[in-house]
Amino acid sequence: MEIIYEISQDALIAELFGEMDHHSAEKIRTDIDGMIEEYGSKNLIFDFGRVTFMDSSGIGIVLGRYKKRQAEGGKVVIVDCEPRIRNILNMAGIFSLMKYMDTKEEALDYLQRKEVS
Amino acid sequence: MEKVMKVQLEATLESQSLARAVAAAYVAEMDPTIDELTEIKTAVSEAVANVAIHGYPEGTKGMMWLEFGRIAADTVMIKVIDKGVGIENIARAMEPLYTTAEGETCSGMGFTVMESFMDKIKVDSKPEEGTCVTMIKKLDTYYGF
Repeated sequence: MEIIYEISQDALIAELFGEMDHHSAEKIRTDIDGMIEEYGSKNLIFDFGRVTFMDSSGIGIVLGRYKKRQAEGGKVVIVDCEPRIRNILNMAGIFSLMKYMDTKEEALDYLQRKEVS
Repeated sequence: MEKVMKVQLEATLESQSLARAVAAAYVAEMDPTIDELTEIKTAVSEAVANVAIHGYPEGTKGMMWLEFGRIAADTVMIKVIDKGVGIENIARAMEPLYTTAEGETCSGMGFTVMESFMDKIKVDSKPEEGTCVTMIKKLDTYYGF
């Protein structure tokens, strides 16, 4: 699993590549948390477009990051999941807590819009 | 049961990707769709993660066994077996979001994922003796060649 980061406005975009399982989960978790701390990003966008496999460890990663962002007044948005990955996240009710968008551009728009209102 | 295959692996999280690859290799012969293959890989991944995280007391090195077989030409049965600590309350362990693990990445959704991706799942366990998770899936699009 590799992660490519992009900093845009006040959001950190984490584009995940490859297989996401309990074995790789711990590294993904500490990696993303480290980046958020380093750049002081308020919001987090998970881009799942290049994830080739994900098991329930993905739920833990997303929920854990959501709790942390929420505690600091930030938001988490998930973009570009293939149907099965979305299905797994949905089993834990993830999308009743945070938004799903098709692209990261939409996600950035959404985060900006909320800032203004 | 036909075409039985048995694989022994170390009960660690490092075994997760290897177990998925083994499951995919076994099922590939049955001509699954990409969706079916991913569902089976995901279910096996969850069962293996359970053994690696919960199966044996921390600090001990255990083994696990994956058993594959066909109970019909289009139906695969997969067992994930350990000889670890066992599960005291199986019904509770299978509840969505229930977990005894402290790690943040353990969501308590493993059995829920297995149940939704496979047709049938059965858990046999005895404390101090071990656990056997049996999963069955019928491949809908089996053409018979």
